[in-house]
Amino acid sequence: MSKRIGMEVSIAVAEAVKLANADVIAAYPITPQTHIVEHLSELVADGDLDAEYVCVESEHSAMSAVVGASAAGARSYTATASQGLALMHEILFIASSMRLPIVMTVANRALSGPLSIWNDHSDVMASRDCGWIQYFVENGQEAFDHTLIAFRVAEDPEVSLPVIVNLDGFILSHMIEPHVLLDDEEVARYIPPFRPVNRLDPDNPVTMGDFAMPEFYTEVKKSQEMALRNSRATIDKGWQEFAELTGRKYQAVETYKTEGAEILMLSMGALGETASVAVDRMRDQGLPVGLVKLRLWRPFPSDDLLKALGGAKKIVVMDRAISFGAAANPVAAEVTSLLYDTEPRPCIFNSVVGLGGRDVRVEDFEAIVKKAMQGHSYPGPVGDYDLIGVRE
Amino acid sequence: MIETRFHGRGGQGAVTSAELLALAAIQEGKFAQAFPSFGPERRGAPVLAFSRVAEEQIRLRSQIYDPDVVLVLDSSLLEIMDVTEGLKAGGTLVVNSKQPVKELASRFHFEGSLWAVDATHIARELLGRPITNTTMLGALLRATGIVDIDSVSEPLRHRFGLIAAKNEKALREAYDKVEKEEIKP
Amino acid sequence: MTSKEKTWTWRDIPVGAVAENPGSSSEYLTGGWRSQRPVFTPDNCVQCGVCYIYCPDASIVMTPEGYPEILLDYCKGCGICARECYMATFGLSCFEMVDEEEFR
Repeated sequence: MSKRIGMEVSIAVAEAVKLANADVIAAYPITPQTHIVEHLSELVADGDLDAEYVCVESEHSAMSAVVGASAAGARSYTATASQGLALMHEILFIASSMRLPIVMTVANRALSGPLSIWNDHSDVMASRDCGWIQYFVENGQEAFDHTLIAFRVAEDPEVSLPVIVNLDGFILSHMIEPHVLLDDEEVARYIPPFRPVNRLDPDNPVTMGDFAMPEFYTEVKKSQEMALRNSRATIDKGWQEFAELTGRKYQAVETYKTEGAEILMLSMGALGETASVAVDRMRDQGLPVGLVKLRLWRPFPSDDLLKALGGAKKIVVMDRAISFGAAANPVAAEVTSLLYDTEPRPCIFNSVVGLGGRDVRVEDFEAIVKKAMQGHSYPGPVGDYDLIGVRE
Repeated sequence: MIETRFHGRGGQGAVTSAELLALAAIQEGKFAQAFPSFGPERRGAPVLAFSRVAEEQIRLRSQIYDPDVVLVLDSSLLEIMDVTEGLKAGGTLVVNSKQPVKELASRFHFEGSLWAVDATHIARELLGRPITNTTMLGALLRATGIVDIDSVSEPLRHRFGLIAAKNEKALREAYDKVEKEEIKP
Repeated sequence: MTSKEKTWTWRDIPVGAVAENPGSSSEYLTGGWRSQRPVFTPDNCVQCGVCYIYCPDASIVMTPEGYPEILLDYCKGCGICARECYMATFGLSCFEMVDEEEFR
C-alpha cells in the first residue's frame, strides 16, 4: 500500500534503490550526493537490502565496478555529482557502448573551479554525449519515481542502456518534503527480474568491451545510436505502466499554461516548479506566458518539443550551465537547432541562471520574460545570451 | 503558506527543528519543505535552516527571504546579526532568552509579536544538556500554531528513539512557558 | 574480425558489440607479419619453459614431452624467445632467429 511520508529526497531515492532490490552498489561519497549512498550503505549494513555495497577509492572505480557487476548480470546502481561525474567520464561511454543497464543518480553540482559544492548543471552537460538515457526531475516525488522508472527502462531487453536520473543538488537532494512511496509488491510488479541481454557466464562465454577496427566501429556506433533513439518507445511505456500503477503521469515534455501563450519559458529540473509560480503571477497580470518543461534530455524528444513549442512567437530557454565559447549554451543549442526549419521561426532567447548555487527566484523569471517580451533580435549575434544576476 | 527561518549555531540542531516541523506538518496531511542553508557544516558557526508549510503543494524552490516566522535558538546571535531581517510585517519572532519578554522587547523595532522563553534552562533541566532545538520548537508551535503539538510526537519518536520522551517533555514545557509581547515599530 | 563480419551492417551488430564467438582472435593469423623466424635446437633445451612464459603472443606451446613448439601461424618473429631463453646466458640459446627469406 502506498504511504505518504516526509523524508529527505536523498533518503527517498535510496529507498527506491532498495525497493528496486539492487544487487550491487558501488559509490564514492561526494557532496551533495552523500546522503543517498550513506543511507544505502546503512540499509545494506543493517541487512535491509541484500546487496553488495562496494566501497571504492574513486568515482572512476565506482563506475568501473558497476560496469563489471552489470556485465556479470547484477542489477547495479551508483550515484555521484560534479567532480565525481567528471572522474567517471571515460567509463560512462564504455557503460553505454557495452549496453549495460546501470542506473545512476547525479545530484547535479557545479564543476570546479573555483570549487563550488552548490547546484548547477555543468557536471552533466560536460558528460552530455555519453550515450546514457538522461532524465531531469523537478521534486522529490519525481526523483523517487524516476529511480524506479530508470531500472524498469534500462533493463528492458529492447533498451539495455544505462540511465542517469539528474536531480538538482541541495535544492532537491537536501530537501525534506512529502513522498508517496511504493511497497515491495508494487515495485516487483513494475520492475521485472533482471534478465540481461548479455552476461558474463563461464558456461556460455562471450567477449565484452572488445576492440574494433575502422571498418567495424562506425556500424557499432550507429547501432548504439539507434538503440538510444529507439529506447523512446520503452521510455514512454515505462511512464505509462507507472501511471497505471500509481496514477502519477509523466511525459518527456510537459507544459504548464501554454494555451494561448505567445511567449514560452523552457526549463529542466527543479527550476520548473519555481518558474510555474512565476507563470501564475504573470498570467494574473494578463501576460500570455507559459512554461515548457523538458523531463527527458536524452534521447532528445524532438517531436514532443516541436509540438509543445509550436505557435509561440518567443521562446526563452533556461540553461543552468555555460558552454564556453559556443554558439549557444547546451539546452538553447538543441532547441535552436530543432526550431531552425519551423515556419514562422520563433525568436529564441537564452538565459543562463543559477550557476554554482545562485538562487533563482520567481522575480528572476518575471524579469527574464518581460525583457524577452520587448526584444525581437532573432537571429541575434552568435553566442548572445543573458547571464542572469551577474554583476556587470 | 507559512515560511519560517531558523537561526542557530552549528551543532545546536536548527536543521533538526526545521525538519521536525515539516515532518509534523506532512503527518497532518499538509505540504511542507525543510532545508538547510546549503553549504559546509561547521560546529559553532551561525547557521540557518528554513521551512515552508502550506495546505497546497509547494512549488517554490528558491530560498526564503521574507519569512513569516523567525526562530532563534541562541540569544548570543542577537548580538551579531539582525535576526528580524526580511521578517514580514505582523510576523512572529521566537527567541530563546533568559531575559523576560518585556525587557527583551526593548531591543526590537519590527512590527509583530515577540515570544521568548528560557529554553536553555529547560533543556539543561530536562535533557541534561543545553541543546534547545526541540525545546524551542515547542515555543514556536505555541506562538504560531503551524502544526498541532501532538503531531510532533511521531516525528520525535522516529528521530530520537529512546530519548524522544524527554525531548517531548521539554517541548511541552516551553510550549507552556513561552511568553508574548506585541512589538510596534 | 572475419571476412563475414566485414560485410555486417549496423543492424547485424550484436547488442553491446559483444563477440559471441570468444577466442575468435585465433582466426586472425599474424604469422605473415614475421620477417625472422625462430628455429629451435632441441639439443640445447633444458625444458625450462621460459620461452613459453615470455612469448607475448602465446605462440609457443609446450609439447607433452616438455619441449616448446612454435605456432608459426601466429608467431610475429619478435625474437623474445631467443633472447630470454635460459640457455642464452651460456651462448647456447635454443632459438636462432633466421631471415624468412631463407625459407622461400
